[in-house]
Amino acid sequence: MIGVLDYGLGNVSAFVNLYRRSGIPVQVITKPEQITKASKLILPGVGAFDTAMTRLNQSRLRDSLEKAVLVRKVPILAVCVGMQILSERSEEGVLEGLGWIEGSVAKLSSCDNPKAKYRIPHLGWNSIKIVRASPVFTELNSARFYFLHSYEFMARRSEDVLALTKYTTEFASVVRRSNILGVQFHPEKSHIHGVKLLENFWLEDF
Amino acid sequence: MLASRVIPCLLLMDGGLYKTVKFRDPRYLGDPLNAVRLFNEKLADELVIFDISKNRHGRGPDFSLLGKLASESRMPLCYGGGISSLQDIERLVSLGIEKVSLSSVAISNPKIIEQAISVFGSQSIVVTIDVKRKGWLRTYEVSAANASVDTGLCPVDFASRLEQLGVGELIINNVDMDGLMAGYDFTLVRNIYEQANIPLAVVGGAGSLDDVSRLVDEFPFIGACAGSLFVYKGKHKAVLINYPSPEQKNLVLKVRAE
Repeated sequence: MIGVLDYGLGNVSAFVNLYRRSGIPVQVITKPEQITKASKLILPGVGAFDTAMTRLNQSRLRDSLEKAVLVRKVPILAVCVGMQILSERSEEGVLEGLGWIEGSVAKLSSCDNPKAKYRIPHLGWNSIKIVRASPVFTELNSARFYFLHSYEFMARRSEDVLALTKYTTEFASVVRRSNILGVQFHPEKSHIHGVKLLENFWLEDF
Repeated sequence: MLASRVIPCLLLMDGGLYKTVKFRDPRYLGDPLNAVRLFNEKLADELVIFDISKNRHGRGPDFSLLGKLASESRMPLCYGGGISSLQDIERLVSLGIEKVSLSSVAISNPKIIEQAISVFGSQSIVVTIDVKRKGWLRTYEVSAANASVDTGLCPVDFASRLEQLGVGELIINNVDMDGLMAGYDFTLVRNIYEQANIPLAVVGGAGSLDDVSRLVDEFPFIGACAGSLFVYKGKHKAVLINYPSPEQKNLVLKVRAE
């Protein structure tokens, strides 16, 4: 069963609906004891870094979540600001991140060429360039996803970066360290490609 | 490469889906949930939804309906209408609305914008600026409360103030062009586009995919919103939810193979 963590941030019901439609067992997780029942986890996110960390810490889910992810190695997919809090810290806030993947979060660099009018936030549909093959990309070689963010994940180890996306510069749009996967875009709002990625995450043997 | 966005703009009134002309004469079109399902199937880039209900009796947004729309939608949603507090924004975000659009409250209480950005991040906070031509010089002016109140504000100055506050996106809604299907007002778009450094979407006037094409041609990465174009077909304006196919959209956006 896939467990979608409800810590008051992000589109929990969109993930639930999507998995239900694909016939995949899914449950919303609001209490620590529910985490043990999930074989895979989703950490959604919309919002600012500190808000996400504060909500997660206040939700009482964090201890059980860390046991599941770091000790029992339950696969987790972290989305948007959910991905960013996998890092150690962010320029956007002052709170400590989860630190599950070494790196920090920095503001997207603005473009040198003012005429090009690359605006921040990076908002809209963009493609990904796969730099490290993974089962999660099955049938997604030329996929487009919906992005909505002003900050980027700077992974300390290049081997943790699975895909890049080009905007003002190239940034890490998919990161991974063993069972911990993070995507900067919103698969729950990326139509067929998003559905495919979420199905791939469910099907993959970690 | 980032693509320009082609965005249906839907109007809600008392739970139904409507379309106006110059912000007046709302015409009933059908069930909004059904429209969201259809735009899912048609793979729309994003949806913008404004609630234009008049008699809210202080109820604020229709959270129960918006919750249904957000969980049904497989594309990002931007919602505006009747938002007056941080609690309203909080509730909309928790329902799964990615982008919350403020309008009248952005004029009457700009503090709420700063507060909202600190909690939800710039990327989730949008301001929709309704613009009308006023006086014998026909100068552009920001209007509020569904275009019923004149503010005397210059749209370009207002846009730049909002950008300084950290707003993530601006939607420019041209009241005079609403529902006319006569093309976007490029002068207004250019005034704001050239000066703004944040993402911009515009609505009001689109009558054909050619209009959309011309807009994204001149203003890269813009969000091209349209109401009538995606809910009507033919010169008699028969109600029909429609949206370009991925192939048509590539032509409109002149997407080249990467």
